[in-house]
Amino acid sequence: MKAMFYPGCSMQRNARPYLDSLQAIKGDIDLELQEIADWNCCGATEYMSVHRVAAHSLVGRNLALAQHQATGTDLLTAGCSACYLNLAKTDAQMREDAQLKGTVNEALAAGGLAYQPGRLKVRHLLDIVCHDIGYAAIQAKVVKPLHGLKVAAYYGCQVVRPDYDGRWDSHERPTSMDKLLQALGAEPVDWSLKTQCCGGHMSVIGPDVAFGLIRRLIHGAREAGADMVVTLCPMCQLNLDAYQVEMNKHFHTDYQVPVLYFTQLMGLALGKPAKELGIGKEFVDAAPALAKIQAEAPKAEATKRKRRPKASDGLPMPGMESRHD
Amino acid sequence: MISAPVSTSPHGPGQFLAEVMAATPGDNRLNLCVQCGSCGGSCPSGPEMEHTPRRLFALIRAGERDTVLKSNAPWYCVSCYYCTVRCPQDIHITDVMYTLKSMAIKAGLFHDAALPGFSETFVDYVEKYGRSFELGLATRFNLRHHPLSLAGMAPMGLAMLKRGRIDLTPHRIDGMAQLSAILEKAKALEAAP
Ligand code: SF4
Ligand code: SF4
Ligand code: SF4
Ligand code: SF4
Repeated sequence: MKAMFYPGCSMQRNARPYLDSLQAIKGDIDLELQEIADWNCCGATEYMSVHRVAAHSLVGRNLALAQHQATGTDLLTAGCSACYLNLAKTDAQMREDAQLKGTVNEALAAGGLAYQPGRLKVRHLLDIVCHDIGYAAIQAKVVKPLHGLKVAAYYGCQVVRPDYDGRWDSHERPTSMDKLLQALGAEPVDWSLKTQCCGGHMSVIGPDVAFGLIRRLIHGAREAGADMVVTLCPMCQLNLDAYQVEMNKHFHTDYQVPVLYFTQLMGLALGKPAKELGIGKEFVDAAPALAKIQAEAPKAEATKRKRRPKASDGLPMPGMESRHD
Repeated sequence: MISAPVSTSPHGPGQFLAEVMAATPGDNRLNLCVQCGSCGGSCPSGPEMEHTPRRLFALIRAGERDTVLKSNAPWYCVSCYYCTVRCPQDIHITDVMYTLKSMAIKAGLFHDAALPGFSETFVDYVEKYGRSFELGLATRFNLRHHPLSLAGMAPMGLAMLKRGRIDLTPHRIDGMAQLSAILEKAKALEAAP
């Protein structure tokens, strides 16, 4: 199975464990990914709020590059919900709206590009893994079944909704990731919040709103008896993991529910070492939960700082050009 | 309450509605709202919004341009698409929220500068580098809008750095000139009537 691949900014950095674990498993599940050369940011939900046609053209450049570069596939996949939806939305709306199709292509022409809507099939990574590669093929590769691990499959919003091409069994209670986790030997818990919102960008612009949504999800997963939440999106992971720590401070609670990517659990079940899967980079340590399946997990670094931060401890500024990594 | 589709002629009370519909790509069906309230009832941000989507759409229909564009509602929309999949009339509610945000920015009407500020900071980065830059984004956004929260965010920023989960410098794509030409053209086309 081959697909064009849009990694997106998050996967390059904050969601690196998602990308690393995907790279680690893709050979085993017979997935070949051709990265779009010189892709640009898709604009998340922000660009769309400021310049409409430009937002579609921004995404249009990625679609045009993918169409132009693709060899032997008409699939285009992304692992981030926002990236996936932006690609799917621009393609769907260009198909539906001839005027938009014309305008976007007029803009693309200024850069010597063109995109024929419908030429690529835009699919989220989970969709390809579950529905194209399939549960049986994956189960056949499992060498370390995740027996005893209780997981809350969390889909978030933008993969299963609005679902332009009807890829999912439900917009509110989908089961694909649950079945995948079952194929890995884990036990998915039944919980009602699997497609409730994690707050998206509100964690940055209006943290109080986001903290409430995050608490509800984390609490729900714990009540359902889950050892961890499993996610398919860098933004969801960031909100539920990193902001879980902040949320605890805000509400004076002490939730410790780790949040991993489905690709990381696939890697464990396929026998990959935890380190290769980026396990240990999460804020809420997954090691205690993973001990249940005896996967050696490097301990996540302690998040608590001993001393109070001084002013000089502020975030490094973008001007620090000398410190390339 | 069932009401008939409103006329979307460029004159009269339907004018603002026509304008919002024209600025929303696709078959958005906003004129077919039956005011059933399913959208507001599904919205995770409902309690923080000054107007639920249903009320906002009634105001659009009534031509209450200023009230609509000043409302915090579109800015509290997290694009969860619950309303959109539940709307019995298949109205592209989330897309309309995007339209209202860009109209509010254009008209200079929004009620808290922090809300569009995040979007604009993000856009600045994309236009300069072709990639977003999480660290610069959070820092610049917070410097401009919540200088006091920077100290509070430092431990999280450092924890991110330790885990190699954040960049210190943005990455610039090779085709920056091409991307700029595309975006410039797109904006010119968007501005043209
Ligand atoms: S939307 Fe987010 S994840 Fe997607 S490319 Fe842009 S910054 Fe990256
Ligand atoms: S769950 Fe959160 S991050 Fe994921 S799509 Fe919804 S709002 Fe965005
Ligand atoms: S759900 Fe649809 S029809 Fe009902 S009030 Fe909302 S927009 Fe109108
Ligand atoms: S998409 Fe926006 S308006 Fe609709 S339910 Fe979600 S947050 Fe509310």
